[in-house]
Amino acid sequence: MHLKETIAARIYASLSSQLRVLSSIALTLLLTFIGLTSVTFTIGRIMPADPVLAVIGDRAPQAAYDRVYKEMGLDQPIYEQYYRYLGELSRGDLGTSIMTSQPVLEDIKRFFPATLELSTIATLIGILLGVPMGVLAAVNQGRLIDHFVRIFGLIGYSVPVFWLGMVGLLVFYGKLDWVAGPGRIDVYYDGIVETVTGFILIDAAIAGEWDIFHNAVSHLILPSLLLGSFALAYIARMTRSFMLDQLNQEYILTARVKGASETSVIWRHAFRNVLVQLITIIGLTYASLLEGSVLTETVFSWPGIGQYITTSLFNADMNAVLGGTVVVGICFVGINMLSDLLYKTVDPRARS
Amino acid sequence: MKNIMCRIMEWAIAITATLSLSFAVNAATPKNTFIMAKDISDIITLDPAEVFEFTGGEMIANIYDRLMMYEPEDLTTLVGGVAESWETSSDGKSVTFTIRSGMTFHSGNPVRAEDVVFSLRRVVKLNKTPSFIITQFGWNADNIDQLVVLDGDKAKITITEEFSPALVLNALSAGIASIVDKKEVMAHEVDGDMGYGWLKSNSAGSGAFSLQAWKANELVSLKANPSYRHGAPGVERVIVRHVAEPSAQRLLVEKGDIDLARNLTPDQVDGLTGNSDLKVQSDPKGALMYMAANAADPILGNSKVALALRYLVDYEGMVNSFLKGQYNIHQAAWPSGLWGAYNKTPFSLDVGKAKELLAEAGYANGFEISIDTLNASPFPEVAQSIQATLAQAGIKASITTAEGKTLWPMYRARKHQLILARWSPDYTDPHSNLDAFARNPDNRIEAKLTGVLAWRNAWQKDEMNAMVDAARNEGDLDTREQLYHEIQASLQLDSPYVVMFQQTEASVLRKEVKDYVSGSLFDLIFYRNINK
Repeated sequence: MHLKETIAARIYASLSSQLRVLSSIALTLLLTFIGLTSVTFTIGRIMPADPVLAVIGDRAPQAAYDRVYKEMGLDQPIYEQYYRYLGELSRGDLGTSIMTSQPVLEDIKRFFPATLELSTIATLIGILLGVPMGVLAAVNQGRLIDHFVRIFGLIGYSVPVFWLGMVGLLVFYGKLDWVAGPGRIDVYYDGIVETVTGFILIDAAIAGEWDIFHNAVSHLILPSLLLGSFALAYIARMTRSFMLDQLNQEYILTARVKGASETSVIWRHAFRNVLVQLITIIGLTYASLLEGSVLTETVFSWPGIGQYITTSLFNADMNAVLGGTVVVGICFVGINMLSDLLYKTVDPRARS
Repeated sequence: MKNIMCRIMEWAIAITATLSLSFAVNAATPKNTFIMAKDISDIITLDPAEVFEFTGGEMIANIYDRLMMYEPEDLTTLVGGVAESWETSSDGKSVTFTIRSGMTFHSGNPVRAEDVVFSLRRVVKLNKTPSFIITQFGWNADNIDQLVVLDGDKAKITITEEFSPALVLNALSAGIASIVDKKEVMAHEVDGDMGYGWLKSNSAGSGAFSLQAWKANELVSLKANPSYRHGAPGVERVIVRHVAEPSAQRLLVEKGDIDLARNLTPDQVDGLTGNSDLKVQSDPKGALMYMAANAADPILGNSKVALALRYLVDYEGMVNSFLKGQYNIHQAAWPSGLWGAYNKTPFSLDVGKAKELLAEAGYANGFEISIDTLNASPFPEVAQSIQATLAQAGIKASITTAEGKTLWPMYRARKHQLILARWSPDYTDPHSNLDAFARNPDNRIEAKLTGVLAWRNAWQKDEMNAMVDAARNEGDLDTREQLYHEIQASLQLDSPYVVMFQQTEASVLRKEVKDYVSGSLFDLIFYRNINK
């Protein structure tokens, strides 16, 4: 009886703990969502750009202007407009984009996978090259390899992406012919592969269209390397800094005194302790690439969410801006939560 | 440890290089496909009843035949499109159109007079922005069913306002006179929208191409109509690819990944002039760049000040430097190259003359003023040049640049002083521009004639209103042309407008591309003769 009660108490404690976590996640999501939409909505309504002119053009007579102004609900108080928007949003309706004449949700389904595909590959490049480079630099502090990584990090972080993208295109596409040019795929392949996931590489592979897969990779290499180089520069710099911090700790000295091999000291002792910080850095890098690759998308004519939001903003297409912002916001929250989960995997202290 | 690290780095670099080399590409567009790069972010609809944007207008010109139209073989002669012939009543108020026999829509449905009647009624009933082009005939949703009717197997239109028959026919060559397939459109009607929701991103025309796909900010894909009335187009497919960045367009055309680059800067066009794989095609356009002075402003409302401004623009200096190949000097309100054009250019930079006029107006020491303009090149550069030349006469100008969606509301609300803007005709009759530049029937602020340039600039002259009306109504073409010359000459000397330049579009094509026709209006660009 006593055992049963103990088990029940433990299950109850575990469930209530999980419920607390879930409530906390739901609350975070709700607050983020309300904060994002209310601020974006208000900015969209008070900025001087006129969304009515985006629909009717600048030459339209006043009668047409007044009609569309009313149709768009702009004659209502801003809080009523916002309340109505939230109501539509709760039904999964993000509204219709002025620019594309399509439901914003459909636009996001089309543009977001392009950004996700590019950013994911860029982040992987950043991790796979940046982490070893950072460790290497820390281990060889003050030596040539360390200077190289630091200079590379500085250049990667300070050279304008626009310039680097154009130079990259000029050299590797224009002169050397190593990669394909701007765009996600050669246009004459457009529409051949059925959209399943929105990721062109996966969809082409599913369809068995290897020519298209090949073509998509050749388009993806340069922009993902470019974005990856920024991720790489940041990750390498931070890894170096975290590792240096750890390598100067007393427990490292103890490990060495105890006769642990250098590989073991670096990877099993020092590196394991920088993992938590690295996860934060990688999460932030990934999230920033998801929403901040506008210039790369512009240079490479990449039909992604960054370009979609920016173009929409210039055209006062507020449904599209709000929809895009909500998606990016959810991504940020999602990546943060994923980072939290990973902390618990790599750091036993976080589990308690 | 170092060895492992170095090896990882070596592998990574090797994999990247190998991947790049293995995916090396040989650029060349398929022979049966014409690909152009263009900034197509302005397309918001492809329904001809609503299209009023440059790229959208260009697309529907190739998808739909209009009631009347200009053909790529002769861009100066108005001919029947869907109409085989037409007959104007003796009072000039009615036109009866005979429809070409044997024409079919892309769906295979025959083109009938009923489709013509439906298309025109649809434009009026939907009442979208460009509908004013035909509602100016006195048409509205209440009377259109009586004024645009079937007359046996013909379509008959009747106007209630006084209009020259030539003007009526010209207006019916605009995009809103595109003839849509009634059966196809109505099959997609939802809640009485006359197929509006569907036609925004689909097509139902009888033109040389049908719309295969429009992916906003990505591409427009057109498929050739093999049974087009002039014969199958020279290429099977046209793809208009969205490339917003001019440098990327340049690289693409150099490499042969596209056949035509549409948005190159003058420097980039110059840089490609010596490339033997490419050719440059310059086409005069109808777009005018002008500076307007708000006549409600106590200083700018002085006609001598407005005249002085005309002498404070370095026309030659700009077209010979940063506007080279992009704009030519033109100082009248209707563009050169079109019927009714007035090509006199009486003004050049003359600071002395301007100072005299300013002194006579009581502003010998100049004044302070603001110039608002678009933030896209070349508008800021032109504003800076004008700022410098105004300064020579003691006028201190501050420049504010903005996106169109921010600039136009201010212009429409008369909140500007000087504004630097552009204007393109909607159809090839001088009335299209001069009605906006010269005619202002009600100058009161509450009249809100926000689509009229004269109203936006708070400028009204009764005699000018009368001249525009007289020219609009005149039946004799020679007299009409003379009237338009007089209106333009008068505007040149006494109006709030300093018309400065007319646009020239420089396109860079692959040398094998032939017969790309780009006319003076944004919707007089034709793909059907292109071959390579």
